[in-house]
Amino acid sequence: MTAWRGVAARNPREAAEWSRGRVIRTNLRAVFGRAYPRIIGLTREPSWVFFEIVLPFLAVSAFVFVYRALQAPEEFVGFVVIGGAMTAFWLNVVWMMAAQFYWEKDQGNLELYFTAPMHLMSVLAGMAIGGLVMTSSRALAVIVIGSVVYGVSYQVSDPLLLVAVFVLTMIPLYGLGMLFASLFLLWGREAFHLAQLLQEPIYFLGGVNFPIGPAFGQLAAIVMATLPLAVGLDAMRQLVFAGSETNGVLPVGAEMVILGVMGVVFIVGARIALGYLETLARREGRLTLRWQ
Amino acid sequence: MPDEPAIHARGVTRIYKAKPDPVTALAGVDLDVEPGEYFGLLGPNGAGKTTLIKILTTLLLPTSGTAKVAGFDVVHETSKIRRVINMVAGGEQSGYGLLTLREQLWMFSQFYGLEQREGWRRVDELIEITGLTEQRDQKVRTLSTGQRQKLNFARGLLNDPWVLFLDEPTLGLDVAAARDLREHTLEWKAAAPGRTVLLTTHYMVEAEQLCDRIAIVDRGRILALGTPDELRRRVQAESIFRIELDQLPHDGDLDAIAALPGVLSAVRADEDGDGAASDRVAIKVALADDSALTTVVTGVAQQGAHLIGLAKSEPSLEDVFVELVGRGFGDDDAPGNAKGAAE
Repeated sequence: MTAWRGVAARNPREAAEWSRGRVIRTNLRAVFGRAYPRIIGLTREPSWVFFEIVLPFLAVSAFVFVYRALQAPEEFVGFVVIGGAMTAFWLNVVWMMAAQFYWEKDQGNLELYFTAPMHLMSVLAGMAIGGLVMTSSRALAVIVIGSVVYGVSYQVSDPLLLVAVFVLTMIPLYGLGMLFASLFLLWGREAFHLAQLLQEPIYFLGGVNFPIGPAFGQLAAIVMATLPLAVGLDAMRQLVFAGSETNGVLPVGAEMVILGVMGVVFIVGARIALGYLETLARREGRLTLRWQ
Repeated sequence: MPDEPAIHARGVTRIYKAKPDPVTALAGVDLDVEPGEYFGLLGPNGAGKTTLIKILTTLLLPTSGTAKVAGFDVVHETSKIRRVINMVAGGEQSGYGLLTLREQLWMFSQFYGLEQREGWRRVDELIEITGLTEQRDQKVRTLSTGQRQKLNFARGLLNDPWVLFLDEPTLGLDVAAARDLREHTLEWKAAAPGRTVLLTTHYMVEAEQLCDRIAIVDRGRILALGTPDELRRRVQAESIFRIELDQLPHDGDLDAIAALPGVLSAVRADEDGDGAASDRVAIKVALADDSALTTVVTGVAQQGAHLIGLAKSEPSLEDVFVELVGRGFGDDDAPGNAKGAAE
């Protein structure tokens, strides 16, 4: 039988003195710790195969049939398949990033996160990385199934650049989710409605099912300035369908710069919003506490 | 600074904004808890116990006053406090149901920065000590309430805290689970000097059984503070013993007993309706302090009676609370529930 053991530090003052290295290591471990449930969830919840692969595939199929009926250029089918895959990331950002702190509060986890010796940004980063890993598998499944079923052929001019654009798209996308996590918590019960509000309009404005350049004309520039999903999709479509006659809104290089700036803005914004949230939570006695 | 209080609070108030009027949850709390103490905050629901814990665990700011945990200020030194504390609340549903019990604990160990191997070792150790070995690979959502609370308790000890906050930890547990949990807290605290526990509870028996000192709290104020014995003496200055004898000394004359040094009074207990078996008689003696008992026992023996039974009659903490507040806990909580969980 194992017995209780004594503590290693001689006194609490000594125990509370952490080196900078230990602080960094703790936060990195917290990132991995919070990512773990999402990654392991891949093997624990088989129902995702239906909800996150079959259903998006049906949505993609509807647009494919419409484009074929209208005899649209064949690359539009590929646009829809890529868009369908990216939809999985947006859903993940809205429901499992933006709304997550609100659910965590209800479960009582937020109290425990606040009282643990890590920065809450580490929790958000863990959620983002876990969500990204989890969703990538689903997105990949949508691409593979969609491509095989509808015979999409890709002309990737620069695979490394494509990977770079994908990564650059994910940073502001999940950065936006991190920012929304604090804001949704502040807005309380409206979180559910906000999440719904961010779904269909963003599909439309983000050009998930169609290229926004020809569709929006000059207005596309405004969309490009605000939605990382729209910028990333436009850049990826340009790289994946290199021979396409459908032009992107901006050159890929310019879109990468926009994505980079968005990434910085959203992550810094998330950091500021989180600081504000913590101050408000402690001052007003709500937000973090289950019963408030 | 080894002599620094584990918890120090002066004039701590907390007012919540509410409509139509603000609610004062704490109204000037002064408190010192020494390192190594098992300290209880006892009071009914809404007394301010949880608010005080939230302030001490850095979840809430006090509206005014100062508070320190392990010598660190709760307003400005939150990072340092979070490195040496942990908290377990009753009815907690924290974590993620799809994880196994072992994974859940490991995840939390990462939030406290435990190195991978040390984290797993610590997790396995706590699983064994808290008697959860059989459930270690079971998903958290399938655990019973009692197992879940043991898991929460194990989570609270992952970082080996110097100050452990237990907020109604046995709430909703059955008798056996509550007893197990209380025993674990005592064993854990006893295993190393300096470990401090602050317990909030509205179960009197729990506070009495566990705590070195208790503060009775109501409506945001500490009404009384002391050891359980000290608190009881506040409502009953003298020591009262019920003594059962085979016969009355000197044919029922208790004056000789009452005249003994240190004895305040001596009366027939069975004549007050406090019956004894037919072959014995009972008397109730009030003593200035316990040391006079020897004199009484010797006195009755010298007068030809033989001692059969002896019991000290003490007020309960509930008597203390009623004396201080003018009402019982029962107004807020079903007494049956409290007793059931605390026994």
